[in-house]
Amino acid sequence: MATTPTREVARRVFAGEFNDASYTFKESDDERAPVYLLLPTGERANRIFVVGTLMETEDVGDDSEYWQGQVIDPNGDRFYMYAGQYQPDAASMLRELEPPAYVSVVGKPRTYETDEGDVNVSIRPESITEVDAATRDRWVVETAERTLERIRRFQAETGDDGDGAAVDEYVAMATEQYDLPVENYRRQVVEALESLETEGVEGEAEAEAGD
Amino acid sequence: MTDLRTQATEIHEQFEDQLDVSVEDVEERLDTLVNEYKVPLSEARRSVVNTYLDEAGMDRDQLGGGGGGGNEQVQVADVDAPEEWVDITGKVVELWEATSDAVAQVGLLGDETGTIKFTKWSKSDLPALEEGTVYHLRNVVTDEYQGRFSVKLNRTTVIEEVDEDIEVGSDDVTVEGALVDIQSGSGLINRCPEDDCTRVLQNGRCSEHGEVEGEFDLRIKGVLDDGEDVHEVLFDREATENLTGITLEEAKEMAMDALDTSVVADEMRADVLGRYYRVTGPTFGRYVLVDDLETLSEPADPEAVLIKARSI
Repeated sequence: MATTPTREVARRVFAGEFNDASYTFKESDDERAPVYLLLPTGERANRIFVVGTLMETEDVGDDSEYWQGQVIDPNGDRFYMYAGQYQPDAASMLRELEPPAYVSVVGKPRTYETDEGDVNVSIRPESITEVDAATRDRWVVETAERTLERIRRFQAETGDDGDGAAVDEYVAMATEQYDLPVENYRRQVVEALESLETEGVEGEAEAEAGD
Repeated sequence: MTDLRTQATEIHEQFEDQLDVSVEDVEERLDTLVNEYKVPLSEARRSVVNTYLDEAGMDRDQLGGGGGGGNEQVQVADVDAPEEWVDITGKVVELWEATSDAVAQVGLLGDETGTIKFTKWSKSDLPALEEGTVYHLRNVVTDEYQGRFSVKLNRTTVIEEVDEDIEVGSDDVTVEGALVDIQSGSGLINRCPEDDCTRVLQNGRCSEHGEVEGEFDLRIKGVLDDGEDVHEVLFDREATENLTGITLEEAKEMAMDALDTSVVADEMRADVLGRYYRVTGPTFGRYVLVDDLETLSEPADPEAVLIKARSI
């Protein structure tokens, strides 16, 4: 009996880290083997789950519809996603939704090289749904936690000075492929969480001012 | 509780039906041997048990558990390898219909730690087990099939009815995460109406009974993902109605209006995908069957994570 391929987990990552990634790889020669994007904190991602504010939608297609969506995270960084005829559900959501709106997006990372030789990262959405603010806040905290876990493992593997030899396959790969200090991502985590707190404090301040 | 007290309690339990001794009596005997005569605890225990066996006129193998017999007395959740001879005490929670003449009885046995399937062969010629009764089963053999464990009764198995009730523990698991996918075969489905066949029809055909007039049902095969692990979850009609707020009747009307059943799953996707849930229920194969559903609508508390982030 053939073993059922296990479903790939959807990683949680802020747009800042996601957009810094550029290196993709496969783990077998099989044509249908999953393609992974290597996150700078040392984890492979074949799928991601994002909740944020849909800021802009635009049909950028020439002959047929090809929708671009931009979703912003609490740090002001944007996820770019593209959906065409092969993602009809996601494409029709991008056609119909009125920005700004909170959306959940499940999708696959895609990379393409620009004429200048830069690698851009985007999402090919599997599904897009409109959600509420509580879901978005929950995602921010969850993504902060998952990112911190990756940073801690990265630091434990490489030593405090970042020069130690990493044992973890993907941490080792990240140190090899990227020259991106994980401190940047820790700062993004702190900023994202602080933005939630500030929102809360402002709310309270307004309530007090109203008294 | 001290070691002596624990041992004394266990010994006391073995004899409380036969002898009029208190836990304190047992403990005192143990204490004398261990603390006064410096006998190792295991030897002291053996000696005390022998004394009571004599007093009660019992054989060692009449004792339940610990006292002898050779097998390990295990609990349901401890069974984690096939082909081990064990003793087990459990309540017959369910009796199922035997599917073969070789099987005399088959069903579920439960204790505080969970439930396990048991099989009793016809050729073993053992007395019948009754649903709801607790039995002490000595000399049963563990087995495994596709990662699930069971116990098999055999010719040498000794069945003893135990005059007590057991609160059977639950096998339920709780998983939470974002609902990242609703798989095909979800929404408004058609099932085969034949007796004991509930197969889902494909284009009006049952893989066993051919073309049949289907019966409508609702279900969702979903995926919960917490960023670390994925769990496949199965919502039956009740759980699906509970999750989506769409009843079977409403779903049928929606499909009728659209002349297409797939509108139901589409509507459900828009309502529930990309949101956070916590579900509880038993596992079946690779699925968690949803009994209990909670929408995680409260935003999580960022404070604790922030402290962690600042401390790195």
